[in-house]
Amino acid sequence: MEINDLRSIVTVVSLLTFLGIVWWTFGLKGNKERFDEAANLPFADEEADRAELGLPRNEKRKAS
Amino acid sequence: MSETQSTYNYKVVRQFAVMTVIWGIVGMLVGVIIAAQLVWPELNLGFLHFGRLRPLHTNAVIFAFGGCALFATSYYVVQRTCHTRIFSDGLAAFTFWGWQLVILLAAITLPLGYTQGKEYAELEWPIDILITLVWVSYAIVFFGTIIKRKVSHIYVANWFFGGFILAVAVLHLVNSAAIPVSFTKSYSAYAGVQDAMIQWWYGHNAVGFFLTAGFLGMMYYFVPKQAGRPVYSYRLSVVHFWALIFTYMWAGPHHLHYTALPDWTQSVGMIFSLILLAPSWGGMINGIMTMSGAWNKLRDDPILKFLITSLSFYGMSTFEGPMMAIKTVNALSHYTDWTVGHVHSGALGWVAMVSIGSIYYLLPRLFGKPEMHSVKLITVHFWVATIGVVLYIASMWIAGVMQGLMWRAVNADGTLTYSFVEAVKGSYPFWAIRFLGGLLFLSGMLIMAFNMFKTIAGGKSVNAPVLVPAGHHA
Repeated sequence: MEINDLRSIVTVVSLLTFLGIVWWTFGLKGNKERFDEAANLPFADEEADRAELGLPRNEKRKAS
Repeated sequence: MSETQSTYNYKVVRQFAVMTVIWGIVGMLVGVIIAAQLVWPELNLGFLHFGRLRPLHTNAVIFAFGGCALFATSYYVVQRTCHTRIFSDGLAAFTFWGWQLVILLAAITLPLGYTQGKEYAELEWPIDILITLVWVSYAIVFFGTIIKRKVSHIYVANWFFGGFILAVAVLHLVNSAAIPVSFTKSYSAYAGVQDAMIQWWYGHNAVGFFLTAGFLGMMYYFVPKQAGRPVYSYRLSVVHFWALIFTYMWAGPHHLHYTALPDWTQSVGMIFSLILLAPSWGGMINGIMTMSGAWNKLRDDPILKFLITSLSFYGMSTFEGPMMAIKTVNALSHYTDWTVGHVHSGALGWVAMVSIGSIYYLLPRLFGKPEMHSVKLITVHFWVATIGVVLYIASMWIAGVMQGLMWRAVNADGTLTYSFVEAVKGSYPFWAIRFLGGLLFLSGMLIMAFNMFKTIAGGKSVNAPVLVPAGHHA
């Protein structure tokens, strides 16, 4: 196989991979929950926020 | 060893955060000095002339100021969103001291004229080896922390930081390949147009990964945190990441339009630069729309002002960039001050402002204070910096377009209408305005330093506890 065929194949495979990623994120309905969960990760540690801001601990914090 | 400790490692974050402000002042001061040298050429004293100080300015603002901001924020964000202390305190400390040594060596060697002559990759080979050691350690610390995370997801900000770390490692290794002829002199391993292409593959990806991907990591953590709501669309952020990764690598040839580079390569570079508009704007909209329903917070929160304004400048410069990559536009803009204006719209408006906002977010938290010493002064900083950027880029647009038009103007008999020096003469007033804009931006950084030291004074170095994430299912 000529090197240029290989180059074309890599380009097409890259495009298909990218389209696959788009389908995986927007097309798969089952993924919505995991994305929502991931989006909330920065808010999962309110106690650490309070501690570093020098605020008292939040007594209502549920044991997890 | 760090597993037994129940706090995050904020020491290394604190060190990098403080040095971000210090190096910001140093790098921007050198920038203001060289801007003054263009207006008043008699300021070019001895070997401290424009040619020697300009690479010092670019290295200091990109790698010292920007680099420290990236280290500080990535170490903070990766620990907090992985709910685990950083992997190896010792290696993290090595990245701090190693990086400071790199900066110090750059500040000594560049004014003395030791250079590989590659833009943004000027440092000679012994320093390149030190950079490699620091960078590999950075990757081990960062990815080591991700591996030992206590949650199942890897938050999107970490994807951007991780992509930036990996891409910069590859770029640095390939572009810095050189044959040393002595301890202080080396020649590129590549020749001719290949050397030029590799340099600008590096150069544009330095913009795409060092100056964009990492700072988008900041955006995806600090904008949601400061706005108090999750990012507008997490799905869009995933596509944003992969679209940037797949397209940025091919945009480099637009730096070599109308050169010995084959025409088809130039066209590929132009087309990929145009495609880049889509992911760039997708990311910008994702960041700005995170504010939807909370716009009122923008009114009295100067940190949000910095973060959201930085995104507006990101949108502006990522629209301008693809336009300038079009060959016919580039024929006018290339080699003029328009390019300099474009770079600073990105560097001051986007990179510096998102870093400043993030560091203002971090500083009180790293020193156990509820907020900065003076929130009013952050607002003052914001307005001084914004006016500075606007003066800078507006003057460079006018100067750049004027230069481009004067250089290409021809008389009926085919001779040039203007000599080069006439364009230089016409540029003076705009260089003076640019100097003023830069001076304002630097003044903002001095205000920030004052506010920072006042915040640190009397503060305790608090390391927040590592807690099991709320609502966590790993």
